[in-house]
Amino acid sequence: MATPSETLLRTPLYDLHVKLDARIVPFAGYEMPVQYPTGILTEHNWTRLSAGLFDVSHMGQAYLTGPDDETVAKALEKLVPGDLLALAPQRIRYSQLTNPTGGIIDDLMITRTSETGRLYLVVNASRKDVDYAWLKEHLPANVKLEPIEDAALIALQGPKAAAVLARHLPKAASLAFMSATHDRFNGIPCHVARSGYTGEDGFEISVAADKVVALTEALLADPDVKPIGLGARDSLRLEAGLCLYGHDIDEETSPVEADLVWSISKRRRSEGGFTGAERITREIAQGPKRKRVGIKPEGRAPAREGSVITDDKGRAIGIVTSGGFGPTVNGPVAMGYVETAFAAPGTKINLVVRDKPMPAAVSALPFTPHNYKR
Amino acid sequence: MSKRYSKEHEWISVDGDIATIGITNHAQEQLGDVVFVELPAIGKQVSKGGDAAVVESVKAASEVYAPVTGEVVEVNKELEGDPALVNREAEGAAWFMKVKLKDKGELADLMDKAAYDKFVAEQ
Repeated sequence: MATPSETLLRTPLYDLHVKLDARIVPFAGYEMPVQYPTGILTEHNWTRLSAGLFDVSHMGQAYLTGPDDETVAKALEKLVPGDLLALAPQRIRYSQLTNPTGGIIDDLMITRTSETGRLYLVVNASRKDVDYAWLKEHLPANVKLEPIEDAALIALQGPKAAAVLARHLPKAASLAFMSATHDRFNGIPCHVARSGYTGEDGFEISVAADKVVALTEALLADPDVKPIGLGARDSLRLEAGLCLYGHDIDEETSPVEADLVWSISKRRRSEGGFTGAERITREIAQGPKRKRVGIKPEGRAPAREGSVITDDKGRAIGIVTSGGFGPTVNGPVAMGYVETAFAAPGTKINLVVRDKPMPAAVSALPFTPHNYKR
Repeated sequence: MSKRYSKEHEWISVDGDIATIGITNHAQEQLGDVVFVELPAIGKQVSKGGDAAVVESVKAASEVYAPVTGEVVEVNKELEGDPALVNREAEGAAWFMKVKLKDKGELADLMDKAAYDKFVAEQ
């Protein structure tokens, strides 16, 4: 969160948020809409049933550019455990920037563009300064980081997102999940990815900052689309079991503890050769000491971030890292880290809420099934 | 008597020595969608300014403070099954608790409607 003394930035859609009567809050150094007048529950449910439009222009977009595909892929593979040599053009990979002790500097989306020797990165708003400094320091001289400062980013998410997009960006609407393409809306060049952070099918559209209002207004004019704020974005991603940087993952947690091993290919597990590989490959082989799990409280009371997790004897075995109310689950949901012996779904645990142990159970993630277009 | 209001955004309505307490319409607007209410046990002694209940929205948990000192004699069970009632009728059907007043003199510290509206407008 930004401190009050800090100058807050605004995205190119700020005036539109104000016009739509959004409640604006400081987030990662930006003035962002946390909700619109209908409220978080309605926005959440709308995204699960129709199509929600999110301003995610605060996130960091950048290119990594070098002489050829292999040079750039190999350079970034030294800094992330994801498999980039196997990434086909216009395909997207989720990975993590890792530190020398195997912790996570940030999690990010990496797209191999259609241009030779160029990857497109999307990183968290709260981490872009740290990420860019880390990348500049550790990339070889022939691979350059080029932050994209003049582009906005919006996300259209939900079961009706593809049908809506087909009316505005028809070429992009037929993309496969985790792939990207260029398309034009009324002549405006758009980079469209079929990806998102809600567990629903959807798209993330990068467009010039001075053109994003026109595109956003056109999408919002569709009766199936409503604007969605950061509040519902958080409850949607929590139900989908997706990590929020600074909460569920940080410089201490490894991708193995965070249950992100699925994002590390067999080749990369056996070859290593990325920052922090020693701890990460060891934890893959031997199992981590603690693990990120889903948690369902038995009662109606939500357990918030920071709630201590105990076993049936009252011994502390972990901590809640995200927690709240899941509108689609229609009950409280949480994620947190527990000692590995307690990580199996169904394990009975307690969450200490207002000094009282509250019964809960470890739950498989996601809480609501992913609805991706495979 | 007409309602009185606290700076912590609780309302109170007194009938004899029993005070009905809830959160204000302004408070529910600020909270957003209420998804959980934790009410005190009957017989609990609450003190002016002390914790009395908890109200949770999708985003966050907030304490509800007792605007007066006394003993909890009744709670609104309706809120446990329908917490969203707080959003619909904060200053009516969604009352939280009834408290047997210990010192009616404490009421003088609370605001009337006009003073509370002014207080909210100045925040």
